[in-house]
Amino acid sequence: MKIRAQVCMVLNLDKCIGCHTCTVTCKNVWTNREGVEYAWFNNVETKPGIGYPKEWESQRRWNGGWERIAGGKLQLKMGAKWRILAKIFANPDLPEIDDYYEPFTFDYEHLQTAPESQAMPTARPRSLITGERMEKIEGGPNWEEILGGEFSKRSKDYNFEGVQKEIYGQFENTFMMYLPRLCEHCLNPACVAACPSGAIYKREEDGIVLIDQEKCRGWRMCVSACPYKKIYYNWSSGKSEKCILCYPRIEAGQPTVCSETCVGRIRYLGVILYDADRIGAAASAPAEGDLYQQHLDIFCNPFDPQVQEQARRDGVPAAWLESARNSPIWKLAMDWKVAFPLHPEYRTLPMVWYVPPLSPIQSSAVAGKIGVDGEVPDVRSLRIPLRYLANMLTAGKEEPVLKGLERMLAMRAYMRSKTVDGAADASIAERVGLSIDEIEAMYKLMALANYEDRFVIPTTHREVGEDAYDLRGSCGFSFGNTSSQGMSEGNLFGGKRRKATPTEAL
Amino acid sequence: METPFNTFLFGIYPYICLAVFVLGSIVRYDREPYTWRSGSSQLLRRKQVMLGSVLFHTGILIVFFGHLVGLLTPIEIFDAFGIGHGFKQVMAMLVGGIAGLVCLAGAVMLLHRRLLDPRVRAVSSFSDTAILIILAVQLVIGLFTIFVSAGHLDGHEMVKFMSWAQGIFTFEAGAADYVAETALIFKLHLFLGLTILLIFPFTRLVHILSAPLRYLWRPGYQIVRSRLAS
Repeated sequence: MKIRAQVCMVLNLDKCIGCHTCTVTCKNVWTNREGVEYAWFNNVETKPGIGYPKEWESQRRWNGGWERIAGGKLQLKMGAKWRILAKIFANPDLPEIDDYYEPFTFDYEHLQTAPESQAMPTARPRSLITGERMEKIEGGPNWEEILGGEFSKRSKDYNFEGVQKEIYGQFENTFMMYLPRLCEHCLNPACVAACPSGAIYKREEDGIVLIDQEKCRGWRMCVSACPYKKIYYNWSSGKSEKCILCYPRIEAGQPTVCSETCVGRIRYLGVILYDADRIGAAASAPAEGDLYQQHLDIFCNPFDPQVQEQARRDGVPAAWLESARNSPIWKLAMDWKVAFPLHPEYRTLPMVWYVPPLSPIQSSAVAGKIGVDGEVPDVRSLRIPLRYLANMLTAGKEEPVLKGLERMLAMRAYMRSKTVDGAADASIAERVGLSIDEIEAMYKLMALANYEDRFVIPTTHREVGEDAYDLRGSCGFSFGNTSSQGMSEGNLFGGKRRKATPTEAL
Repeated sequence: METPFNTFLFGIYPYICLAVFVLGSIVRYDREPYTWRSGSSQLLRRKQVMLGSVLFHTGILIVFFGHLVGLLTPIEIFDAFGIGHGFKQVMAMLVGGIAGLVCLAGAVMLLHRRLLDPRVRAVSSFSDTAILIILAVQLVIGLFTIFVSAGHLDGHEMVKFMSWAQGIFTFEAGAADYVAETALIFKLHLFLGLTILLIFPFTRLVHILSAPLRYLWRPGYQIVRSRLAS
């Protein structure tokens, strides 16, 4: 047993309103630079849809993640190491920028400088790569916003596997949900394993997966290996970049930018203890449907004295153990079992989990055609097909998602009985296997979602491993030499001169 | 033609090029690690990369190692194995010729893409385009030497180049004299080859030095970095 701690995230999709505040704030902080205009460390997709980049979930197309090969061993879906190296000159599994979208801006200045004319001046789009005009914008990071586009395209969504999807193309039966996505900071990251340079690593103390920008050589295998397509190749610097879980903020005990700015308060951050020795066995479980349970099983109970003892021996600070006991993640994922991993079948053991969304009850249920179980409506009468959610969150196993949704419905029914009817109905809680205290705690964390309950983040103990004296006078975050950009004008070593912005070029 | 010019080009210039190659690479690796990358533009345009890049790299790897082994292995070793000079030259012409053509086909595709594709052209630096052109020119010159070589198949010209290359690395005083009497096209090929070494640290070619072969025997799959260990 080797216990490590990881900062994890849970997103409560039931409360996501699809406002993209997380996306925009993240963009402004991290990827508002040449080369990564097209890259969104955090993006929000409307489901059903093929997403961004196109059809990212379909590993038949992109060969991301792991697979279990004969003999029960895990291997990257891209192939054995020699096959990965063979792809180094030209990688057939790499998306082209059009699979994301060609980044663009508009000729805004033309609106002010245009001479007097009969027609109103317009701001036409211009490519941020070539600086040339684009006649038509063919895609964007949120191209399917609120079910935009034809059903025939949207319905290529991989989560429709095993669902009779045709009826959901009809207006009366349609459904949608939002899916905010970021790097999963996996326990068994495929990107790390695929990096030929060994530039990608997982931090032992908090589990954040980072790319060493000075070791990255731009072989681009990580982009293909990540099944979530959350590593982006910076076409300007020739290096890959990814979500860093805002580690400078996490280290200081602050939530990530996307979490901090989430207006729906759907994001939770907290510590999970896990047994690092069991990662391999869990990720290579024979049946895909068991992966969710296997994943749960490697989490360690922070209240168990034995676990605490072992964790202390493995170097987990006491403050982190305290945080693990107050972790909202532990409550959502382990105590109440309402949070689930995204696509566990990729076998990367992702550490950003999701509470599935409830959805309106189909009209037939209101008309009395579908059973209502006492105060609680039947989960199967919800608009979003259970199978769809199960394909997304539990590798197709419906039972856990069903139970999670029932608990959420029960929480609502219980609170309704308490606040509307004036008499708390304890039987509702019992029916879903929870006590009244538990359901009240669930309500407090999930519905009220106070800041200090959502974010329980211990600060990093920098004093343990580093000599702060060595860090004095150095810059916080920069590329290349600590104090020079390493990309200055007319650089001797192939740095590029800053391109004129499209408006300057006009 | 033992002129001072010849001595400079093939006796002194090689050392300048090697020194810049070694020191420049070390300085760049140490001072500007962020600029050390392969510079792939596959993301922006997949077309022509899939075939062009594979042909180019496969060809150039064979050509490169052919030159390395062919030029720097002492001639006595070939003699000891009973490999005749003429046979070695014909093999070099044959293997080098085929690999050179494969490489040239790839280089032409890549060059076409780099010059004419608006996206790739927009992100190309001067050195990106220049090095590709230089390599293509060097390939063409190299392929043309085959026609000259075909005129004398006994291998004695080839031995001159081997003696010269080994002379440079063994600090032989008159190394430049070995190639003094050879055909102009060979001299051009040598000069451009040395020049490629000279500009190596200032181009994307540095990615050759970080060819990730260690990946094949890197233990385990997952890399975990600990602050405590550092």
